[in-house]
Amino acid sequence: MTMAPPPRPIPPRHIPDRLNGSFLRRLKSWETLLLAVAAAIFTFNALASPYFLDPWNLSDATFNFTEKAMIALAMALLIIAGEIDLSVGAIIALASVAMGAARQMGVETTGLVLIGAGVGLACGAFNGFLVAGLGLPSIVATIGTMSLFRGIAYIILGDGAYGGYPASFAWFGQGYVWGAITFELALLAVLAVVYGVLLHGTNFGRRIYAIGNNATAAAFSGVRVRRIRMTLFMLTGLMAGIASVCLTSRLGSTRPSIGMGMELEVITMVVLGGVAITGGSGTILGVMLAALIMGLITFGLGLLNVPGVVMSIFVGILLISVIALPKLLEKMRR
Amino acid sequence: MSALLKRREFLLFLAILLLILLVRARFPSFGSPANLAAIFNDSAILIILALGQMAVILTRCVDLSVAANLALTGMATAMLNAALPGIPVGLLLLFAAGMGMALGAFNGILVWKLALPSIVVTLGTMTIYRGSIFLLSGGAWVNAHQMSPAFKAFPREVVLGLPVLSWIAIAVIAVFVLLIGRTGLGRAFHAVGGDEHAAVYTGISVGRTRFWAFTINGGLAGVCGYLWVSRYAVAYTEVAQGFELDVIAACVIGGISIAGGMGTVAGALLGAFFLGAIKNALPVAGISPFWQMAISGAAILLAVAFNARAERRKGRIILKSAQSAAPVIRSSGAAS
Repeated sequence: MTMAPPPRPIPPRHIPDRLNGSFLRRLKSWETLLLAVAAAIFTFNALASPYFLDPWNLSDATFNFTEKAMIALAMALLIIAGEIDLSVGAIIALASVAMGAARQMGVETTGLVLIGAGVGLACGAFNGFLVAGLGLPSIVATIGTMSLFRGIAYIILGDGAYGGYPASFAWFGQGYVWGAITFELALLAVLAVVYGVLLHGTNFGRRIYAIGNNATAAAFSGVRVRRIRMTLFMLTGLMAGIASVCLTSRLGSTRPSIGMGMELEVITMVVLGGVAITGGSGTILGVMLAALIMGLITFGLGLLNVPGVVMSIFVGILLISVIALPKLLEKMRR
Repeated sequence: MSALLKRREFLLFLAILLLILLVRARFPSFGSPANLAAIFNDSAILIILALGQMAVILTRCVDLSVAANLALTGMATAMLNAALPGIPVGLLLLFAAGMGMALGAFNGILVWKLALPSIVVTLGTMTIYRGSIFLLSGGAWVNAHQMSPAFKAFPREVVLGLPVLSWIAIAVIAVFVLLIGRTGLGRAFHAVGGDEHAAVYTGISVGRTRFWAFTINGGLAGVCGYLWVSRYAVAYTEVAQGFELDVIAACVIGGISIAGGMGTVAGALLGAFFLGAIKNALPVAGISPFWQMAISGAAILLAVAFNARAERRKGRIILKSAQSAAPVIRSSGAAS
């Protein structure tokens, strides 16, 4: 063996999570870029407003993105697999209405949490059935369920509101785990690690990339494409259910319009995080950095008394420029 | 295949007829010619936007920014009218169409020149346009008393028994029938969505075709911006929020394939009219308007499931012909 070693040891085959273009390669990676943007916004905010660096203020600021970021974790997996779920905002509403209705019947905190998460999971399973079972395109199927889920919430609740949640239920959206660290932020951190390991450290995660790059090839390689799609839709539903528990607990009341338009913010977060909308590439770290950036922008502009609608302009410009800039520079170099 | 397409629109037509007859059975006032004209007038804006969106979806893109475009153009037109009441409505209409076209063209340029995915581009421009309304108006409303009488009266004026709003919708339908069926651009919409590479080989610029789809759609959204604001006699930041999904729903119900390349003017028209009929039937039948959203959701799902079934059957037919061809060859071989 020592007599005739191969001229060069063959390294284990490494397939990168994303195939970076030449421009991005120079910048090392999308994540570095996001980190730089986050640092710049953080510094700008700290200079622009004297109230920004207060730990309790910063802790409050995390509420801007924690619930959306929880959904973004699962949505990232779904988009990497080449699907999309536009019904997450509606799932939040339906889960919240279910919790409110259960509360009227005297259900206590543990039951409420289980109902919220359970309704989310069931809604996700229904989406999964439509897409993986019936083979419908996910964008239209989830536009349909978006109307359906929120429509059911409206049928149940009309223009009324549910309230009167137990005091112990408030902890999920308003409680602190340690110092200024909120329960939501701690939960998000745990979930981010779980999803990070799931996507980047398991066969399941590898199969998600395979499906996103070429579902047919993946199926011929023995990947159970439909089952994985079903699982991803159920995970997204579950995360929307959990986000609904947090949001309902934080607001302390339920209206059928709760979480309206949230799906677009979640998708913005995922795309900003470097996940290709066409599927096949992206990282959890990128998505979390994008969540942080969006949270910082919203909070910083809020401190400067910029109204919410105007903030959305910044998010929109950020979204477009962040995907347009690399292509523009690439074009100009040529 | 054209027979199949025809049948799908025909079924949708039957579904609308059934809906009208069911409601009419209990409430005879529903479904009279005057009532149908009112429903058409009510759905006019949705019909116009569904046709524009159809052009975009045919090229395998989607425009989520139409409602924001409508609201921004509507606000700009209303503010222009409030500031300078002397400008005639015709000029305002041109201004609205031009501004809408510019906003649509911006989407189109990004999709064409940078080859960005349309869903991301229009998601971004949707929030940008919507936010710009607030910047433009400072969050203030333009109310009925600030608008000139001619500005408010125009879409309501009755010409030959129908309001101008309905006539505009009819004109747009007529233009689209010609555009999609009789022009190279209309054929290019289908070609680009049907098979991008084949379109390139036949000499069609995919990006330019998409650019025109977005620009036309934007122009229609601009016209609808004026129509919406003058019809409801108010302009504010949240006008038509979420309406883009109604528009896409109308297209999907009308059998326009989100995968591009498949769809007809009649389909978009019927899809939009179907949603309009439901919206008008609910209060007549005494059903809470809160049911409307769930019903349109269920209608979308049924329509998509039906479309998917029809598309899949098309695939099977090809296989069957291949299968039936095989024994023929074998039997002929045996005969010789």
